[in-house]
Amino acid sequence: MSDQDVVITGIGIVSCLGVGRQAHWDALTADSPAPVVDAERFSPYSVHPLPEIDWSAQIPRRGDQRQMETWQRLGTYAAGLALDDAAIKGDEALCATMDMIVAAGGGERDLAVDTAILDASLTRNDQDLLLNEKLTTELRPTLFLAQLSNLLAGNISIVHKVTGSSRTFMGEEGAGVSALETAVARIRAGQSSHLLVGGAFQSEHPDYLLSYELDGLLHRGDWAPVWARGERGGIITGSGAAFLVLETRAHAQERGRKAYAMIGRIVSEGSSRAPETFPDRIGALIETASNGVTPAFAMSGASGAAAATVAEKTALDKRGLAARGFSSLTGHLKEAQFPFAVALAALAVEKNHALAPFDAGCETAAAAVGAVVATTIGYRRGEGAALIEPA
Amino acid sequence: MSKNDRFGRRTVAVTGIGVVTALGVGKRENWQALTAGKSGIHAITRFPVDLLSTRISGMVDFLPSSTRGASALTDELAETAGREALAEAGLDTALGGPLFLAAPPVELDWHERFALYRHGPEQEEGYRRLLAVARDGRRPDAYDQTQFGMIAERLAELFGARGLPVTLSTACASGATAIQLGVEAIRRGECDRALAIGADGSATAEALIRFSLLSALSTQNEPPEKASRPFSKDRDGFVISEGSAALVLESLESAQARGAEILGVIRGCGEKADDFHRTRSKPDGSPAIAAVRAALADAGMAADEVGYINAHGTSTPENDKMEHLSLSTVFGERMREIPISSNKSMIGHTLSAAGAIEAAFSLLTMREGVIPPTINYDTPDPAIELDVVPNIKRHADVASTLSNSFGFGGQNACLVMGREPV
Repeated sequence: MSDQDVVITGIGIVSCLGVGRQAHWDALTADSPAPVVDAERFSPYSVHPLPEIDWSAQIPRRGDQRQMETWQRLGTYAAGLALDDAAIKGDEALCATMDMIVAAGGGERDLAVDTAILDASLTRNDQDLLLNEKLTTELRPTLFLAQLSNLLAGNISIVHKVTGSSRTFMGEEGAGVSALETAVARIRAGQSSHLLVGGAFQSEHPDYLLSYELDGLLHRGDWAPVWARGERGGIITGSGAAFLVLETRAHAQERGRKAYAMIGRIVSEGSSRAPETFPDRIGALIETASNGVTPAFAMSGASGAAAATVAEKTALDKRGLAARGFSSLTGHLKEAQFPFAVALAALAVEKNHALAPFDAGCETAAAAVGAVVATTIGYRRGEGAALIEPA
Repeated sequence: MSKNDRFGRRTVAVTGIGVVTALGVGKRENWQALTAGKSGIHAITRFPVDLLSTRISGMVDFLPSSTRGASALTDELAETAGREALAEAGLDTALGGPLFLAAPPVELDWHERFALYRHGPEQEEGYRRLLAVARDGRRPDAYDQTQFGMIAERLAELFGARGLPVTLSTACASGATAIQLGVEAIRRGECDRALAIGADGSATAEALIRFSLLSALSTQNEPPEKASRPFSKDRDGFVISEGSAALVLESLESAQARGAEILGVIRGCGEKADDFHRTRSKPDGSPAIAAVRAALADAGMAADEVGYINAHGTSTPENDKMEHLSLSTVFGERMREIPISSNKSMIGHTLSAAGAIEAAFSLLTMREGVIPPTINYDTPDPAIELDVVPNIKRHADVASTLSNSFGFGGQNACLVMGREPV
């Protein structure tokens, strides 16, 4: 134990399972954890929709709410939950020196404008001119800002006054992995004392679904747990967010804050995925993160994408590590996937509770919790694992 | 010469530099044009400009990917600058450290959307139709454009980078942030080397229109090369541009051990977020002031050690005023005498790449002993009293440089660079 240990003192999570850590814990410890699935709106695709959210609880000014679309609102909201949870919200001095790393994709495009342009394109040959006509007259300036990747962080600064520094990482799941890894490294090295890190994903927008489906990645038909989506595999996306407040043990103790858990070793990789060696590479990654400790189970961010999901399961099974594939319940949260995995792992560690399988068919019982390894193997690229240990 | 800086941290040297802007490919071509006061701003030819109030840009129109969409061009720009930097560092494809790529958040190109839509089932409309086409069969080229991690992954493999590459966006400060991430990683001892790239090939019609709607762009279309006029009274917005720069960052110890030439050092990085507004900075300039001070503090330098400032200098009414206010606050009366110039007067605003390009030019400024001018400085703004190195380059012995980068979303990042290790 060291003063420079990185501990988690604030958790802000949202998914179809509910708002905040307690709602999630209740859902995960229910007799048979069940997801909320909307199979109609984007049929043949299912999505895990947002729960009902009272935005004003974290974004009090209507003007601020109007400046954002759902993705930024969701992230700003979850960031507020985490700050509240860590008792940092509203503390001007702490917020003004707090660093921030956000894992982000892009914000929502304007569906009506895009659709109008696409429709008109069928009857015209001068498509570039069509773009000028429509975009100059129909785009709303506000929406451009709602689309910018770094404006989630920008809105967190404006709404919650987190202004130490602001960095936005992009790149699907890998962005979330790098965000956490960088956050932990900075704190350990004394480059930062307390830091807000996380991401959000809004799946209830067809443009986001399109980015998966251009590579045939989406699951079609009835809901199934991530491990049971057949040979073709498939991702069911979810709307959700996860933000964490990280700080050194010394910093938390000085403020008299109890930590949920400590982040042990955290590792990432981005190498190519030769099918024959991929499971072993994932296994080695988990081994490295575990750092000699035997985790009680893996809080797995498996997406359902065939190759990555099968390889991860193979690696976990080989080590006799029980898996808890939370995306079965929440859907795939893309940039927020790894922060979400770490958040759930931290809750299990704090409560010292062996979570029952989320999918009784494919997941085995787990030992009593000491440490939990959180994993995210990106659907196409980027892998991360972190050992979450008792604080 | 110590291997460590004043705080006992590993000194971070630069051992390779690569640049592409509208002025050309490579350091030599760029530096010649830049010191000759030549502008790269020209009339837009990549797409029709009918109905657009801004019809000029600093687009990079001479690469094979220049007409292949924002994703392909950003990729080629990043690769071209990366190759030049690694070759100069004598590393080629053996970086052996992490890659930090500052890149624009690129979306699926309109031409791809049109093509997909044409092939879609007639009974479906809008995105349902696009999804139906995608469902019909994979579209790997279109798919790649939607994945933010794709370019960095390809480059990491190509350059022999280690670990999961980081793609980042801090708007117009992105390039500086990429360098900062590399510096921090080396100081932590995680690696001996890192490659920081800023690349932006996203000057599409939609991007231009979006910035126009925010009244951010200059509309002084005739003549194009006169549009970007930082610190002038009649400045009216920035000129959207493309480009890239790459820096090989390396611990001084590692660079010396392998006999690499030291092109300069990154002495300090500072940042501070602004909580005032999504596009405007706090009227008192306090976040920019704090970012400059943080960079100086991180460099362990007093303000009077700065010999030259490479301005953010976008040529928007607001930025130049705020930048002047902030710098005057930090440097006091001496600010009238410190030479400060804006590369953007010639290359325009290269957005995600700007911080990296301007860091590269700052290093060249110190090395060559020549300060590139701020061109188009014909009507000084009386409210901004600065030595902007007007219109003509200046020979000067510059040992340390401050480079500013400010962006939408309250992003403020500053770098302090030195000609040689201290």
